[in-house]
Amino acid sequence: MSTATEQATTPAPAPQQQTVTFKILRFNPDEDTAPHWQEFQVDVYPTDRVLDALTMIKGEQDGSLTFRRSCGHGICGSDAMRINGRNRLACKTLIKDLNAKKPITVEAIKGLPQEKDLVVDMEPFFQAYREVMPFLITSGHDPSKERIQSIAEREVFDDTTKCIMCAACTTSCPVFWSDGQYFGPQAIVGAHRFIFDSRDEGAATRLEILNSKEGVWRCRTTFNCTEACPRGIQITKAIQEVKRAVINS
Amino acid sequence: MAKAAVGTLYRGKDGMWSWVAHRITGVLVFFFLLVHVLDTALVRVSPEAYNTTIETYMNPVVGLMEIGLVGAVLYHALNGIRIILIDFWSKGPKYQATMLRTIVVIWVLLMIPTAVTMLTRSIQHMTGGA
Repeated sequence: MSTATEQATTPAPAPQQQTVTFKILRFNPDEDTAPHWQEFQVDVYPTDRVLDALTMIKGEQDGSLTFRRSCGHGICGSDAMRINGRNRLACKTLIKDLNAKKPITVEAIKGLPQEKDLVVDMEPFFQAYREVMPFLITSGHDPSKERIQSIAEREVFDDTTKCIMCAACTTSCPVFWSDGQYFGPQAIVGAHRFIFDSRDEGAATRLEILNSKEGVWRCRTTFNCTEACPRGIQITKAIQEVKRAVINS
Repeated sequence: MAKAAVGTLYRGKDGMWSWVAHRITGVLVFFFLLVHVLDTALVRVSPEAYNTTIETYMNPVVGLMEIGLVGAVLYHALNGIRIILIDFWSKGPKYQATMLRTIVVIWVLLMIPTAVTMLTRSIQHMTGGA
């Protein structure tokens, strides 16, 4: 008992600040012809996020460092970037989960045009999403009551409703890097969310769109998207479900 | 907008590297088939030309390449089955990493006796044995 009490009253050791090197791939379209690496030293706590470090660099060392962030809590999907070679949200990546003894590399997501530092042009990504018609399609008169859906029917597409459109999946896909015309994992996730919605009547049209040359068949099941998704969506599984729906349609 | 590809290699996990290996082994097998069709077609030119060409294959370097070919075909075939299961088995995506580890184990288990047998024959041939 006494041991347990002692353990309970012993305060947790205070987290120690450490100096961490951040190696950031910079690009200024007004001055540079090609991106280049720049290193920054930052004093951070292990419990800090990469976003905190970037904010410190921008605030205290170099105000020209450019990156997107909005909510800072893994919901808005603004700060997807490549941290130590993998697509992550800067606001969900803690320093303690990275090897802080080595420089932490931070790059823009791959496959979309780099505009400045960690900011890319998201338009091709959003365009692909728009093309799969990510909205409820129904026919007939407006219903006079709710569109009823059972728990089981809702469960079918529950996973793909979690998408925050951060582009971590699409820009982790080797097929998308070499073929920017490919719809990409996110657009297929967006389509999956409606294709398998029992209230929706546009599945046939969406499946036809995704049966095109740049549709679901471009997926090579590398699972990079599933691994990169900050929302834990089983993206490759969703793409495979759409593939099978195309075959069965 | 920057176009130059500076930056690190994407650190994908086993799924990505299994795909890279699938591509490489696929290209290797394709080039083998190309050469194989060409040298077999030589028999239409003349049986002597065919025999002369096949005779040049009888050396240890080609022997090692043959072992490599078996390895490439075996990986491509086993991983092909894994990809079919990912495509058509609803639990395929969930067990993709387990399936990859399984095929690597099968690959190693089959390659050890294959390599030993093929190397033994190659050495016997060089030393003028049976």
